[in-house]
Amino acid sequence: MTAEATNAATPEAAGARPDVADRGLRSYYGRPILKAPVWRHDIPAYLFTGGLAAGSSILAAGADLTGRPAMRRATRLASLAAVGASTYFLIHDLGRPKRFHHMLRVAKPTSPMSVGTWILAVFGPAAGLAAVAEAAPLLPRHGVLGLAGRALPVAGTASGYLAAGVAPALATYTAVLLADTAVPSWHEAYPQLPFVFAGSALASASGVGLLAAPLSQSGPARRLAVIGAAMEVAASHRIETGMGLVSEPYTQGRAGRRLRAARALSVAGAAGAVLGRRNRLVSALSGAALIAAAALTRFGIFDGGVASAKDPKYTVTPQRQRLEQAAAGDHSPT
Amino acid sequence: MVGENSLYGPLDPALDAGYADAPARMGFFTDTSICIGCKACEVACKEWNLVPDHGLSLLGMSFDNTGALTANSWRHVAFIEQPIPAGQRQSPPFRDTPTGPSSEPATAALAATTAIDTGTIPGADPGGEPESAARMAAGPAMLGMPTSGLPGRQQGREDRKDLRWLMMSDVCKHCTHAACLDVCPTGALFRTEFGTVVVQQDICNGCGYCIPACPYGVIDQRKGDGRAWKCTLCYDRIGDGLTPACAQACPTQSIQYGPLDELRERAEGRVADLRAAGQTTARLYGHDPNDGVGGDGAFFLLLDEPEVYGLPPDPVVTTRDLPDMWKRAGFAALTMLAAAAVAFVGRSA
Amino acid sequence: MANADCIIIQGSNMAEAHPVGFQWVMEAKLRGARVIHVDPRFTRTSALADTYVPIRAGSDIAFLGGIVRYILENELDFREYVLAYTNASTIVSEDFRDTEDLDGLFSGYDPTTGTYNPRSWQYAGQEGDGARFDTTAERETAGALQHESHGKPVRALSGRDETLQHPRCVYQILKRHYARYTPEMVARTCGVPVEMFEDVARAWTQNSGRERTSALIYSVGWTQHSVGVQYIRTGAIIQLLLGNMGRPGGGILALRGHASIQGSTDVPTLFNLLPGYLPMPQVKHTTFDEWIGGIRHPTQKGFWGNASAYGVSLLKAYWGDAATPDNDFCYDYLPRMTGDHGTYRQVLNMIDGKIKGYFLLGQNPAVGSAHGRAQRLGMANLDWLVVRDLFMIESATFWKRGPEVESGEITPEECRTEVFFLPAASHVEKEGTFTQTQRMLQWREKALDPPGDCRSELWFFYHLGRIIRRKLAASKLPRDRAVLDLAWDYPMHGPQDEPSAEAVLFEINGYDVATRRPLSTFNQLRDDGSTVGGCWIYCGVYADGVNQAARRKPGREQSWVAPEWGWAWPANRRIMYNRASADPEGRPWSERKAYVWWDAEKGEWTGVDVPDFEKNKPPSYRPPPEATGVEALAGDDPFILQGDGKGWLYVPVGLIDGPMPTHYEPVESPVRNPLYGQQANPTRKTYQRPDNPTNPSPPEPHSDVFPYVFSVSRLTEHHTAGGMSRTVKYLAELQPEMFVEVSPELAAERGLTHLDFAHVITARAAIEARVLVTDRLTPLVVEDRVIHQIWLPYHWGGEGLATGDSANDLFGITLDPNVLIQESKVGTCDIRPGRRPTGPELADYVAEYRRLAGLTGDHYPPIITTDALDREHHSDGG
Repeated sequence: MTAEATNAATPEAAGARPDVADRGLRSYYGRPILKAPVWRHDIPAYLFTGGLAAGSSILAAGADLTGRPAMRRATRLASLAAVGASTYFLIHDLGRPKRFHHMLRVAKPTSPMSVGTWILAVFGPAAGLAAVAEAAPLLPRHGVLGLAGRALPVAGTASGYLAAGVAPALATYTAVLLADTAVPSWHEAYPQLPFVFAGSALASASGVGLLAAPLSQSGPARRLAVIGAAMEVAASHRIETGMGLVSEPYTQGRAGRRLRAARALSVAGAAGAVLGRRNRLVSALSGAALIAAAALTRFGIFDGGVASAKDPKYTVTPQRQRLEQAAAGDHSPT
Repeated sequence: MVGENSLYGPLDPALDAGYADAPARMGFFTDTSICIGCKACEVACKEWNLVPDHGLSLLGMSFDNTGALTANSWRHVAFIEQPIPAGQRQSPPFRDTPTGPSSEPATAALAATTAIDTGTIPGADPGGEPESAARMAAGPAMLGMPTSGLPGRQQGREDRKDLRWLMMSDVCKHCTHAACLDVCPTGALFRTEFGTVVVQQDICNGCGYCIPACPYGVIDQRKGDGRAWKCTLCYDRIGDGLTPACAQACPTQSIQYGPLDELRERAEGRVADLRAAGQTTARLYGHDPNDGVGGDGAFFLLLDEPEVYGLPPDPVVTTRDLPDMWKRAGFAALTMLAAAAVAFVGRSA
Repeated sequence: MANADCIIIQGSNMAEAHPVGFQWVMEAKLRGARVIHVDPRFTRTSALADTYVPIRAGSDIAFLGGIVRYILENELDFREYVLAYTNASTIVSEDFRDTEDLDGLFSGYDPTTGTYNPRSWQYAGQEGDGARFDTTAERETAGALQHESHGKPVRALSGRDETLQHPRCVYQILKRHYARYTPEMVARTCGVPVEMFEDVARAWTQNSGRERTSALIYSVGWTQHSVGVQYIRTGAIIQLLLGNMGRPGGGILALRGHASIQGSTDVPTLFNLLPGYLPMPQVKHTTFDEWIGGIRHPTQKGFWGNASAYGVSLLKAYWGDAATPDNDFCYDYLPRMTGDHGTYRQVLNMIDGKIKGYFLLGQNPAVGSAHGRAQRLGMANLDWLVVRDLFMIESATFWKRGPEVESGEITPEECRTEVFFLPAASHVEKEGTFTQTQRMLQWREKALDPPGDCRSELWFFYHLGRIIRRKLAASKLPRDRAVLDLAWDYPMHGPQDEPSAEAVLFEINGYDVATRRPLSTFNQLRDDGSTVGGCWIYCGVYADGVNQAARRKPGREQSWVAPEWGWAWPANRRIMYNRASADPEGRPWSERKAYVWWDAEKGEWTGVDVPDFEKNKPPSYRPPPEATGVEALAGDDPFILQGDGKGWLYVPVGLIDGPMPTHYEPVESPVRNPLYGQQANPTRKTYQRPDNPTNPSPPEPHSDVFPYVFSVSRLTEHHTAGGMSRTVKYLAELQPEMFVEVSPELAAERGLTHLDFAHVITARAAIEARVLVTDRLTPLVVEDRVIHQIWLPYHWGGEGLATGDSANDLFGITLDPNVLIQESKVGTCDIRPGRRPTGPELADYVAEYRRLAGLTGDHYPPIITTDALDREHHSDGG
């Protein structure tokens, strides 16, 4: 385990309510009650790329709708690249990668991972086709390929809309994926987590727009960057402060550092997006900042959860409080 | 599939899983008050289920050198040496002997750092660092900061008057609402006709989702194998009317196997007897169909708070909140679309 | 045991070493029994007990003596039982002097031989019989083991005083002997606080009597001492005084070390015994009749009166048709004992080059026996050594790995011993019986064939004998007759020519030579050669040609005594001497404890168990004066193997170190004996030689060099010397490393840290182990000083998966005089933080400790530490 994670258990750090953390808290030789997730860096990377893909395809559809070819091209390609990467990460993290297809044996609403798999199964090809459509101009005007060349943009638009339609689900289901565990700091965060992920998905996608699209076409991306960053920062803030003891892991160690950096980059990126609207370089930089912020957010959230699972304090204390309150409730006259 | 109480509350799991005429739900009642800590259950389980050894490592956790339930240990006997207020026994063992303060906090502090490569991921992770382990081990009796000095060197605590040595054979709880089963994306985890929860090793693809989902930290991934492993309640034995290996091997009937209803009845009686005999700290754990996981298929009689044995005091199946989670995700999704719309419409306005 | 109202476990860690039997303690507890554990260390047994009493190792007689005093002072004995069934009222010789008079010695001590002449211990008027008893020879040959430990024969009739007022009656002698064993003295000696002691005394006495019974459980925590036999004797005195013998929920349970250790004394692997506890002849027994004459007293009561029938039938089993009345049934073929041939004597003889070859079967002395270094050096000085075991054990590899190789004392190239390792079949790979603690034989089917060259012991010895006999077939030498005349033919089966174990059991059971019909009771054995009986006490295990040991009727389908599960000797009795469960008139002492009783209508003994009495002998029966043997047993003589039919509170003959248990300090002790000037057992068997040093104890100086008391024993997770557990991954991982348990207080005193290394030093060796600091050990106040005790498991050695130093290396060799068992449950030591030195430095390190302790040259602790003898001589002179 990491030293950062252990720090979480020191009394000084007991945070909001040290009294409860100390008094009467017992454990079995300080060992964790929960098993920390066995997931490695692939999973936060998957969360990030999935969000990036989702946001990009939304932006692409918008660009398509409002006639911003450059932005459309950039975001469609980014979407394909990101969804490809996220699929790779998802498979690479499996204990038995060769058995990835077993995911497709069943469709289980109680399993966010199963739901996600099917979302990915729809989104992936759609986003892919949309991206391939960008190759249309490169094709010869005549012959079979010419026919394809004329058909592609239409198909691209259609599949682009489809992808954009599925995208929000792709961006937010991963929040449920984390929250639907016994990991205290993930589960307790379930009301906010989807907004964090949704926000950072939009922000990172707009980042792509700012990076790749000319100033003339990146207006929506700027607005979206501000909205997305705002969502992300606001929701993260509630997670880092609003959950009592189980907020603690998000404020400490590696998780804390990453989330603080993410917040700074988001704010900077959003600001840059607004202020740098006439400067290609500033726009590009703020775009990069937003993308980095999104990645750091996912890794920070992931670390925080793992830390909360590794220290029995985060498992025992809230459950003890729950029991005490229940007991008190029983005795209080109604 | 989502019927009444399918995600939370009292339920007959086999029925809910679609078994038309399922046999009685089978389970374990582990009575820790008569456990002698012989670990025959650990060995019998490994012998029958061909579970790999967990490796040679002296953990310094009393006589516990297994550490935790892992992919390579499906039964785990916990040992807790406890200085407790006098009067628990008919006569305190150390009355009038020149004892100093307990070594429990300091040994726990060291034990917290004895990680062991169990051949599983994450393995029996040390978890809490020494200071917190020491504080936790000192327990409610002790307020303020513990010392993590040499055992026997702490000052200021009253001498040991009485000592308890708790032993408890832990195992998969086979929850009524099993989070591991709910979140499994491949269907590898399934509910048997006996109401137990089993991993189909030919299906599991090692996605690892079940592991953080378990509120008890039971199921675990085996290193080099990649799949998730845990107690099957000897599905291959009970199908033939045999007793699970651990219960078969238990010399004092601390581990009792049978129809869950009978076991629950027996357990209630046992607790009453113990309380009557002055064992005021005796309590059942995991027997209540109205608890956070709808009751455990494997429940326990404990002599102290659950967390002392490394059990969560009030576990709740995470999927209880799943509908809410999807709702929140839905809101967030719509917000995304709205935001996008605003972003694009904004310009044309 | 499940019927006990109180269970006292002392000198045993039953839950850990006997977990399966412990289920009955839990059963009794469930039924409301109080469980008390007295032990130097808080174990898994203590954890399940209602009461745990910490005690200083080696002080148990003082504790139990305190109980005896408590009973006698408060007249809490079960008087009717005591009067009728014990020798409480018997008058003892007027020449007898007690340890109270002689500062820790009994009368008759001879400082030159270090033994007693028991003449003055006899019942009044029988002093002459004492002379028949050569204590020196008896000690050499562990005489007390013989007669199934029922003591030497005495005459049926002796003077009694039913009022128990006679100053020389056993009751009064006992009372005087233990008068000073007060609760305060117990506290001073054992470190047991007064109120805790009185709590135990109350529980024990209040749960004994007509309506209630208490059980006493011990195992090697009692036996492995220089006064081990007397530990058990003290327990026996208490159980007799409280009327707990021969009754349900009562008795004394001797838990045996492991599977069939009981069997290996019944059909013995001991040098001084023949099957059924018939003594091995000594050189002086030149004829069969002399041998038998040494076994039974011409005028004694009881079943030993038929010793000649048991002897003849055994010889018939050995030599079959060759054994005839004319040749004394081949009695001359039997080896004779010339002295001490015990295992420790043999090891020292090996070191001295007097023994050339050695068989080791299912034994790992390099780890399991005291003074491991001597064991290994002895085996390294043989011509050949045969080791049969499941795994490569330390005793098979000492010549290439092991402490002495590390220290350079054994060099593999030069080690002269040729070691033959023969793989053995495990218990699931062979058929046969286990005889467990309750004397019950349980037949074991073979589950699968042994792999490769693995073979059963039966196979090994049968074919070894077959081949030797073939090689000798042509021999005309008289010395080979004993081998050639053996009845050595058993049916074989299977591809590996496995001899039939059932055929062997049939022979052990015994049969009528003419008809080959199996016998059903040892009363059918004859001394005319018409019967064969391999072990008279096992007679009946094959009754009616049925393997009674193989019976497996579930408990729920029969009475709670479960007589149809397996077969218990003698005669399938589950409780011995159960005649004592009824009052002298034959009525149960109480309905609650009814077991066997006299049925006046039918005129026979009946009950839930097989009555341990002649079926039709009424309680009122009184033998004619001239009667002997079984006929001489009165209707109220329940102890049918005793010379006088009574339970012995006082042992007039048969024990070497005294008629009554007396507290002596262990040979190595940090404290002076609080009760007597005599520090330790004056008759203990010592081997005073440079390679067997003993730590100094008071009154000797330098005892402070080894200030701590240590004890060794077992863990549930490992099996004795570890050959069957450290080699198995599933077991090795449960206790993966050698460790030493210390109290937090000692840890502070010596600067020991949890899980760090420490090393323990004695005059013999220094070994290292990881430290476990635990609240389960507590310092004790003894003689106004704090005594720290440490504990080590003895399972570890250099082979297998989990390896470590061997705790038994710490011990020297000093033996109990009665049975020649080593004192390996208590010693003194020093403990220091850090690892021990290695290589040659280790020897120097230990030598330096010896120097500090004054153990240089040929200095050995004195045997006698009181001047009582001189004073006596003066008074004689004056």
